[in-house]
Amino acid sequence: MANEYADHTTMRSALGRVRGLGSAKGGTDHWWMQRITSAALLPLTLWFALAAASLAGASYAETVAWIGRPWNAVLLLATIGLTFHHIAAGMQVVLEDYVNQEWAKMAAILAVKAICWLLALASALAVLRIAV
Amino acid sequence: MATFTLPKNSTIQPGKTYKAAPDAKHVKAFKIYRWDPDTGANPRTDTYEIDLDKCGPMVLDALIKIKNEVDSTLTFRRSCREGICGSCAMNIDGLNTLACLKPIEDVKADIRISPLPHLPVVKDLVPDLSQLYAQLRSIEPWLKSDTPPPPDAERRQSKEERAKLDGLWECILCFCCSTACPSYWWNGDRYLGPAVLLQAYRWIADSRDEATGGRLDNLEDPFRLYRCHTIMNCTRTCPKGLNPAAAIGKIKQMMVERQS
Repeated sequence: MANEYADHTTMRSALGRVRGLGSAKGGTDHWWMQRITSAALLPLTLWFALAAASLAGASYAETVAWIGRPWNAVLLLATIGLTFHHIAAGMQVVLEDYVNQEWAKMAAILAVKAICWLLALASALAVLRIAV
Repeated sequence: MATFTLPKNSTIQPGKTYKAAPDAKHVKAFKIYRWDPDTGANPRTDTYEIDLDKCGPMVLDALIKIKNEVDSTLTFRRSCREGICGSCAMNIDGLNTLACLKPIEDVKADIRISPLPHLPVVKDLVPDLSQLYAQLRSIEPWLKSDTPPPPDAERRQSKEERAKLDGLWECILCFCCSTACPSYWWNGDRYLGPAVLLQAYRWIADSRDEATGGRLDNLEDPFRLYRCHTIMNCTRTCPKGLNPAAAIGKIKQMMVERQS
């Protein structure tokens, strides 16, 4: 079970188990940012897909030049940041839903966040080295 | 992890079949989940063949007929038989609903009946609702107001304010919705579920209530509220035609509103 307060095997009353540790007074930012990032990623992902398609067959030099243009670099950085934020937030929800063991849930969420951060930083660095 | 298979002592075995009278013309088979805590045996599915010419139109009529005439050990809750008490909530033909409001003729094949899903079973079709009742109590479903009511008068409310409670006050707490929600199945120990959140919103939306902020504080939690992923099973299954998902959506909207 998720926590000892909720466990059916304790002798706590049903109301005591339900009240548990109380409200976390949080979760709104997480939920709202998931909605905001998905709305922002709709146009950004479309732009990125169209740009990637138009670059198909382009030479290395042309592609580097395209990434280096200021607006392209800015939009790429925005896409990278929002995409990895969205992935981490979404994966956290899935893990909270399905992993009931507290230590496994915590470890999995931290691992997902670490991987997303590292991938986001690496992607951003790749864009910046070309653009700056 | 979330459990996707039944433990060994919960797997359902074939049970007895009670045949209809040989001269019966319109026979319908009711396949009903049976479990008796006193025997220690696994649950089983008993089949009751009922002559529809000698039975009322609703599934509850058939259950009462079975209990009265075929097998008095069949256990289920029922009271008002007109969809206002919420006692006879059960899973009929794969959908949680009230046996008293479900016409037998709506189900073309054999009628499969089991208790509300993912709750501890007390006996046969009777589930243990104590956690749901405790969750209802935790949201304090009563009017909270520091301002005393006007002397010798009721607390007043405009027609528009009263209209905001429509679609909320009709809930009869049958818990068809909460027990149809996968999120409630996996995290029911911490997620309040659609029925209780609709009740919470019923008091949040009440213009006479003065505890809105405290009520929102109590709900603002990744598990209590934000386990709702708008799966919409709650709205689909509600035998009263209510929309708990919309009520939850309005609570989330207010959470954002008070931050911006």
